[in-house]
Amino acid sequence: MKKSPILITLALVVFAIFPLVVKDQYYMHIAILILYYALVSQAWNILSGYSGQFSFGHAAFFGTGAYTSSILFTKLGMSPWIGLIIGAVIAAVIGLFIGYLSFRFKLRGVFFSLGTLAFAEILRIIIQNFDVFNKTLGVLIPYKPDPLMFQFSSRTTYYYIILIFAIAVTALVYYISRSKLGYNLVAIRENEDAAQSLGVNTYKNKMIAIAISASLTAIGGTFYAQYMLFIEPATTFSNDVSINILLPAIIGGAGTVLGPIVGSLIIIPIGELTTTWFGNFVGVNLMAYGVILILVMLYLPEGIVGWFQNKFGKKKSAKKNKDSSISGGEEVGTLKN
Amino acid sequence: MELLKIEGLTKRFAGLVAVNNVSLTLNKGEIVGLVGPNGAGKTTLFHSVCGFHKPEEGSVTYKGKELIGNKPEHICKEGIARTFQIVQPFGNLTVLENVIVGAFNRVKSYKEAERLALEKLDLIGISSFAYSRMKDLTFPYQKKVEVARALATSPEVLFLDEVMSGLNPSEVNEFIELIKHIRASGISIFFIEHLMSAVMALSDRLAVMHLGEKIADGDPQEVMKIPTVIEAYLGEEVS
Amino acid sequence: MLTLILQSLVDGILMGGIYGLVAIGLTLIFGVMKIINFAQGALLMLGMYISYWSFIYLGINPYLSIPLSAISLFFIGALIQKTILSKMLNAPEHNQLLVTLGIMLVIENLALILWSPDFRSVKLDGFIQTLNIGGIGVNVPKLIAFIAAIVLSIALFLFLKKTMLGKAIRATSINRNGALLSGINTNRINYIAFGLGASLAAIAGSLITPFFYTSPTVGATFILKGFVVVVLGGLGNFIGAIIGGLIIGVSEALGGAFLPGSLKELMTYIIFVIVLMAKPNGLFGGKAR
Repeated sequence: MKKSPILITLALVVFAIFPLVVKDQYYMHIAILILYYALVSQAWNILSGYSGQFSFGHAAFFGTGAYTSSILFTKLGMSPWIGLIIGAVIAAVIGLFIGYLSFRFKLRGVFFSLGTLAFAEILRIIIQNFDVFNKTLGVLIPYKPDPLMFQFSSRTTYYYIILIFAIAVTALVYYISRSKLGYNLVAIRENEDAAQSLGVNTYKNKMIAIAISASLTAIGGTFYAQYMLFIEPATTFSNDVSINILLPAIIGGAGTVLGPIVGSLIIIPIGELTTTWFGNFVGVNLMAYGVILILVMLYLPEGIVGWFQNKFGKKKSAKKNKDSSISGGEEVGTLKN
Repeated sequence: MELLKIEGLTKRFAGLVAVNNVSLTLNKGEIVGLVGPNGAGKTTLFHSVCGFHKPEEGSVTYKGKELIGNKPEHICKEGIARTFQIVQPFGNLTVLENVIVGAFNRVKSYKEAERLALEKLDLIGISSFAYSRMKDLTFPYQKKVEVARALATSPEVLFLDEVMSGLNPSEVNEFIELIKHIRASGISIFFIEHLMSAVMALSDRLAVMHLGEKIADGDPQEVMKIPTVIEAYLGEEVS
Repeated sequence: MLTLILQSLVDGILMGGIYGLVAIGLTLIFGVMKIINFAQGALLMLGMYISYWSFIYLGINPYLSIPLSAISLFFIGALIQKTILSKMLNAPEHNQLLVTLGIMLVIENLALILWSPDFRSVKLDGFIQTLNIGGIGVNVPKLIAFIAAIVLSIALFLFLKKTMLGKAIRATSINRNGALLSGINTNRINYIAFGLGASLAAIAGSLITPFFYTSPTVGATFILKGFVVVVLGGLGNFIGAIIGGLIIGVSEALGGAFLPGSLKELMTYIIFVIVLMAKPNGLFGGKAR
């Protein structure tokens, strides 16, 4: 156990000095993508990994964040920093609306997944059909570097901003995972009836989870818009976006604090490398994701961190069990398999 | 002092009357046993009181407050905790984490919840499994964890649904002592049990249900002599 | 105005038959294996390509290559079941959904690599494209697809009702353990069910090749509608799938006639959301939940 703070500090140091060591813009770009996917996947993790409500439509929140700040910026000249907050609030409201419809009417399991997918599609269609959103043309964000306008002349600044976001959200998830909210969410995921019998208000907790998850995802959307300087419905509201948001957490381990980061660290470089190596073949990166997803589902269904925790946790538990044996032993109560 | 009062409770499922006009009381500090053949409606009665079913008729008052219409979580908050006949574990969590969920019913901080949970695990005698995954435990042990989990919510009333099934005789005796101990700590207990030795050893009062109706209620020794009770059990093994 | 409505109705019903056909495959797979197959659209796309390439290289009319695509996809489906899904039968349902998502990603992007993202279409010469019936145009390939969809549904229905294998499939879908105890090889039933589901997708694909562009991502259009249709009709309900398909086809066509831009697509999803909330077991009941 004592190793993890050291490892985490080490990882933080590596992240912090990365731009000082690596000057190559392409690698900087990949690093930014890793952190950005870690952020949005971590946001997804709160709702889907912890409370077990599997969303296949987080593009709804992502797109809301991206479009809110970009439209406010391009049409009203409002700073995307303010747009980021407004976008997060709007996304939370949309999340609460989706949550109200889904959780009040007890949509569970795959029905919730399909429902969220439908909501994201509804938003995409709306965006594509109204002039104020520039329909399918998307929004081109004029590039005028100004920190107050969330635009920077150097990639390094973007890097540190997304690093801070990703760390902050991960710290939040860590905090939640050890709090009453976190335990309530996990209890809901594991067994709703049992959770209720222990005084957990399942509806309220799911609503809190979807609101937090939605607003943090929207923040990722604003960052994406300001970094890419161009958004369109296909890159913000489509199913591909929802899939990209959930993949890192699934690969790394849904319902674990470090899962989204580990997953992002693995799949983003793989996606980028395959694109570089097989650049002539469009889609090779997504195919790689598909293969990884299938393999993880077959062999590490709880993700990499989940698997690691199980293996590592078992040793820990055996040791702790020995230390604190009062009556009975492991042989009595646990199944040997 | 009357703590929990069930009056004229009726629960139907698609025309079938599972619980028919049942009235029962639980006094403070009392252990009340509930027996009856399979399908008598015992668990349905539990579910109805705890908010998992909405009964068609009748009332349940707890400290003078109506409970019917409340959700299970509110009933837990009021101070009634329960275990399930068919275990409802948080399978992927450790035993300790299972109990911490219960502890968070009353306390806010993780430290406190953990302390409370460890205390309950110790009380039930399963501390040695604290860091095992719930789903790796055998069925009787999962039932024990459910008791610890329910106790961690700091209830005043505890509903136990067949917690002793699958235990060996010495474990049953331990459990009987444990339940007495829990009662001594001020918690009133209402329990369903098939194991008659445990029922007779524990119950201050015994209620018998048959085909949805309460057919007897009173001193355990007396109740077991009532002809209708004996009849209800004919063909049914009285273990 | 009336003509417009009638025209939309006809278009919608024809298209609805296709949606129903896609949904039947989904519903069969769900009924037997309790898995919602994200890859169904990708399998349909493979069926389309088989017909497309048969037409381009061998000059085979797409309608004649239906057996080829159906049989090929049956084996591809059974292979997917054997290598991947058979190991996922007891996994949490969202993991099952994710694994089929992975399969979809692999198939779609493999197609993208092999055949490029180009939109391709088959031009059938000497073939009447549209019949004019009382001022209302009936697209002939769509009509053929519709009729085929109905015939296939009836055939499938009879197969499940009358044949031993069909009864075994139904028994497995109702109660897997019970079926196993009655001596049904449920593993084999799974291969057959997934194979058949894939075949149905392939047949739908071949049937639409004459009037729908063929591209690696075409499946996405159909899979989302397929989900909507199966939930509408009730998961595991065959007749419901066809009726659900018709409802979606018609509402989309009417939406297309009266709503500007691509807002017609909104109809599908709004109906979906309403049904999910109000009747999660589908309009006609199903095996869900």
